[in-house]
Formats: sequence, structure tokens, C-alpha cells
Amino acid sequence: MSSYLGLWHYHACILLMMVGLFAVISRQHLVKKILGLTITQVSVIMFFVAMGKVRGGTAPILETMNHDEVVRQAHDVVFSNPIPHVLMLTAIVVGVATNALALSFVVRIKESYGTAEEDEVLAADHADSVAESAKEHALESEAT
Amino acid sequence: MFGSLSMWSDWASSLTTLSEHFPVLVVVVPMLSAPLCFLSRNGRAARGISFFALLSCLLMVIHLLGRVLDEGVVSYRLGGWPPPLGIEYRYDQINAFVALIVAFIATVVVPFGQNKKAFRVPAGRTNVIYAVYLLCTAGLLGMCVTGDLFNVYVFLEISSLSAYTLVAIGAERRAMMSAFSYLTMGTIGGLFFLIGIGMLYQMTGTLNIVDLSMRLYDVSSVRTLSVAFATLFVGVSIKLAVFPLHQWLPNAYTYAPPKVSAFLAATATKVAFYVMLRIIFTIFGRERSFEQMNLDRILLPLSIAAMFMGSIAAIYQTNIKRLLAFSSIAQIGYMTLGISLDSLTGLVGGIVHLFNHALMKGGLFLAVACILFRLGSVKIEDMRGIGRRMPWTMGAVVVLGLGLVGVPGTVGFVSKWYLVLGALEREMYTVAFLTLLSSLLAVIYVWRLVEVAWFSDPKPGIRMADVREAPLTMVVPVWALAAATIYFGIFTEHSAGVARLAAAQLFGGTP
Repeated sequence: MSSYLGLWHYHACILLMMVGLFAVISRQHLVKKILGLTITQVSVIMFFVAMGKVRGGTAPILETMNHDEVVRQAHDVVFSNPIPHVLMLTAIVVGVATNALALSFVVRIKESYGTAEEDEVLAADHADSVAESAKEHALESEAT
Repeated sequence: MFGSLSMWSDWASSLTTLSEHFPVLVVVVPMLSAPLCFLSRNGRAARGISFFALLSCLLMVIHLLGRVLDEGVVSYRLGGWPPPLGIEYRYDQINAFVALIVAFIATVVVPFGQNKKAFRVPAGRTNVIYAVYLLCTAGLLGMCVTGDLFNVYVFLEISSLSAYTLVAIGAERRAMMSAFSYLTMGTIGGLFFLIGIGMLYQMTGTLNIVDLSMRLYDVSSVRTLSVAFATLFVGVSIKLAVFPLHQWLPNAYTYAPPKVSAFLAATATKVAFYVMLRIIFTIFGRERSFEQMNLDRILLPLSIAAMFMGSIAAIYQTNIKRLLAFSSIAQIGYMTLGISLDSLTGLVGGIVHLFNHALMKGGLFLAVACILFRLGSVKIEDMRGIGRRMPWTMGAVVVLGLGLVGVPGTVGFVSKWYLVLGALEREMYTVAFLTLLSSLLAVIYVWRLVEVAWFSDPKPGIRMADVREAPLTMVVPVWALAAATIYFGIFTEHSAGVARLAAAQLFGGTP
């Protein structure tokens, strides 16, 4: 039990992730889907940040260039692991790019369909294909 | 005379110095050419830049594959930092082979004549397409060659983001919605992959793939390992479009410009397949994946389901691009079948099918681009009698379609031969039988195309008089790929030979 409680931050990340995924799946509005996607991304970023954090650890920056001081500091001070944190800088950039691209798609969809609700867009697509095949039938009967 | 001689030797020596940096230049050249294309403000110039960038890339990859086959693994340290701390670019048989396929297809697609109507881009800004295209290629090549797991994720996102953009510039407005759902699925896949990387890092403290695989030997915590395996596997499966996770693929390939469909169908899923091989065989190892995780019990039914569902769905399509997209899902099923057989011969079949399917689907989608260019439609109904009007294009469709079926003398036969042989080796007779049965389904959908194109009268209401053979710039690349499917179907030592070496290396046995 205590081991589960000790891992509460991971559970929080998974919970947040499920919230995000649920929003992506259940919401019809495309912007809300993007919000869900962002929440999922943030949950993964937090997972990595939690992973690199050491209890009582500080930022891994040397306070002095003196050799003996450096050795002493390396022995006494606890550092957090910087690598997962640094990796997340890249992941944040990726997330920003994804969001920008997704939002630009939504803008274009709204421009050409007049709506950003997924079901309405799909209905419009369906109506398009029905109209298309009706036009074709008309052409065919004209030709024969 | 001596002056020119010394100039030559200078040039040669500088080329030798340069060749030490080929491993990284393969990724850097297309990546840095992308902004050049963007700045050129001219579609023609951008096309020239991207063609030469990709051609030089292709030559470098050929050189590197030669070096790998002669000397073994080629490792390059980025910025001189030694692995596992620094990022390493690592070429071995398998990824040099996949990089060759990507560079080859990317180079063939660029000079392909383009149909302006297929792209929703303002006139005079077609250079942007090439910039995004080069970024996508750089991302895919990077995924192949890097030896660092987080680097794989970054390149995965570079290639995916540019792939979404390429899909979205399709002419129909539906392209944007399909790009949006591709983006949603792809991002979730990427995030799952990222979580898996995090867990592996947590257990081992390293991101270098080779180092990771060695350190994982000592890891005993099975639960974290299984979760990491599952998330990585699901993440890559979404990118690869393994059967139940394939929902993004049909729409994306249908509404993307045909040139883009050709490129993505031939490269993006192949690189994802390569990453899956890496995860299963290099990082986790064959024993762990198959004996601890029971991968074959999951992947085998899914592969067979993909083979049947993809082929059956393809039979009922009215749009040729959609037909080819569903056929792609079935063909991906053959590739994953090669993994799930858990035998060396089966794996050779999977890897060689990666190469073969890239040739066939790339060629078929390019042929569709020719049809769209002249006919203005991709409906199978409208293609009636087109064979007599465009004999070369439709002839290539017949050859490539026979390859999809797996007729002897084409590449499709080679891969199915290895797959069936692998199934027989493992005494899975039902699987061998089902593989052959699903090939019969491919006969049906390929025959539909052949019948419509060659043995039907033109549809009333379509003016066939305007339809003639596509220009040479379009027909030549199509036939180059069609000829390759026959060449590699007969002389298998270059495709199946390399695939065998790669499979043996992954399997950890002697060839």
C-alpha cells in the first residue's frame, strides 16, 4: 500500500492522461479535441519531470570552479537528474508545433465547412458524396 | 596537366574527408535544403533543389550500405561525443537497407510530373510543398539511422508533422479532416512511444539503443518492462497502421495528393515497421518479446485479420486510391506476419516485403497520379476502357498489381514464398493456408482494375477522346518502379539477400 502511495505522482499523471484521452474521444468540437490532446501531452511531460526529480535534489549547477569545492559539492549535495527535464524541452516544442498545426487545420475546416463540429463536418462530407453520385446518375441517364 | 592532376587529388582527398561525415549528412542535407526550398519562392527551383538534395542523399546511402556490407556497423558520433552519452548515428544492415528504400522512393517521386489541380496551394507557392516534403524525408531518414531512442521520437514527430501537412494540401476539402484525424491518432501514437521511452530510461538510465539492450539484460522488474513494451508497441503500431489501429490510413491516403500518397505509402509505414523491428528484436530481444511477452499471440491474429479485412474492404471500394489504401493495410499485415512467425525465414519475408511493398505501392500510386492527370477522376467506374488510351500507365498497373497478388516472377512472390516457408517451418499450416487464401482476395481487387481498364467500353458521359498517355516525366518513374518489381522478383540476391543478412542480425543467429 505504501509503495502505491509513494508513487502518487505517477498515478496523477496517468489520471491526467486519461482525462485528456477521454476528451479526445468523446468531444465533437475539434478545438476541444485539441485541448484533450494538449492535456495528454502535458501528462506525459509531467511524467518525465516527476521521473527526473530526486527528493531534496537541486538543479545540477556547480556553484564554483574550484576543484576541491567541486568535489565537496558533488559529495554533499543531491542533484535532480537533468536529462528527463532536458528531453521535455524538446517534447514541449513538439507539442507546440502539433497544436499550431492542428489549430491551423481547424481554421481551414471552419472556413470551408462553416463548422468545427466533427459530426457536422462528416455529415457535410456524406451529403457531398450523395450529391455527387446523384449528379452522376443524372449524367448517365442523359447519355443513354 | 600536373596542375589539373593535383586538383583532382585534392578534390578526391576532400571527398574522402567528407565521406567520413556521410552518416550525418544523409539527414542534414535534406533538412537544410528545406529552408532553401522555402526561400526560393519558385516551384521549379524548389523542385531542382530537392531533387539534387535527395539524389546526393541517395548516393550517400548507397555508399554507406556498401560500407556496412563490407566492414560491418558504421557508427558516427555527433559532435564527437562518444556514445552512450552522446548521440550516435549507427548504420547496420537493416537500417541502411531501409534508409536506401526511403532515399530511393523520395528521389523517384520528386521529378515526377505534378498536377497542379491535385494540390490546394496558392499558385506560385508550390515551393512550400517541396520544403515540407524534404522535412518529411529528413525525419524518416533520421528515424532510420539514429542510434538514440529519444532521437527516434524527435524524428518521428518531424516526419509526422510534415506528413500531416502534406495530406492536408490535398485538393478536396475532405483532405483537411482526414489530416486532422491523422494528426490526432499520430500524436497519441507518438505520446505512447514517449511514455515507453521514459520507462526504459527509468529502468536503465540510458537512451542509446545498443546500450539499452545490453542493460536490459539485468533488469528483472518484469512489470515496468511489460508496460514499456506495451506502450512502445502500441505507439509504433498506430504509426504503422496495424489492423485495429489503421483508422487514419484510408482517408489520409485517399484525399492526399497522389504524389504524396505514393511517397507516404512507400516510406512512412516502412520506417515505422523498421522501428517496430528495432523495439522487438534489438531493444527487448527475441526471447523476451516472444517468450515473456507472448508477442506472437497478439500479433499473429492481428496480422491475419489485417490481411483479410484489408483485402475484403479493398474489393468493395469505388475509388482506386481508397482501394490501394485498404490493400496497404493488408500488405502491412503480411509484414507484421513476418515478425509474428518467430522464425528467421518468416522475418526475411517480412523485411523483404517491406522493400517490395514500397516498390509496388509507390508505383501504383504514381500510376494513379497519371490517371488523375489525364482523366481528372480516380473513380474506378470512370476508368472503363482507359487501357487503350493510356496503354503504358495501365500496363504498369497490371505489372504492379500482379506483384500485389504475388505472381511468380514479381517481387510479391518472393516475399510470400518466404512467409509461407516460415509458417511451414513453424508447422503453422493454417497460417500458411490463410496467407495463400488472402492472396486470392488480392486477385479479385487487382482483376477489377484490369477488367475495367482493358476489357470494358468507356462509360457514357466521359469523353475519352481527350484522354491520352501521360507525359514522359510521369510514365518513366512509374515504369522504373514496375521494372524494379520484375527485376527484384527474378534476381533476388540484392533484396532478399540483404534482407536475409538483416534478419539474421536481428535474430541474433548466424545467417
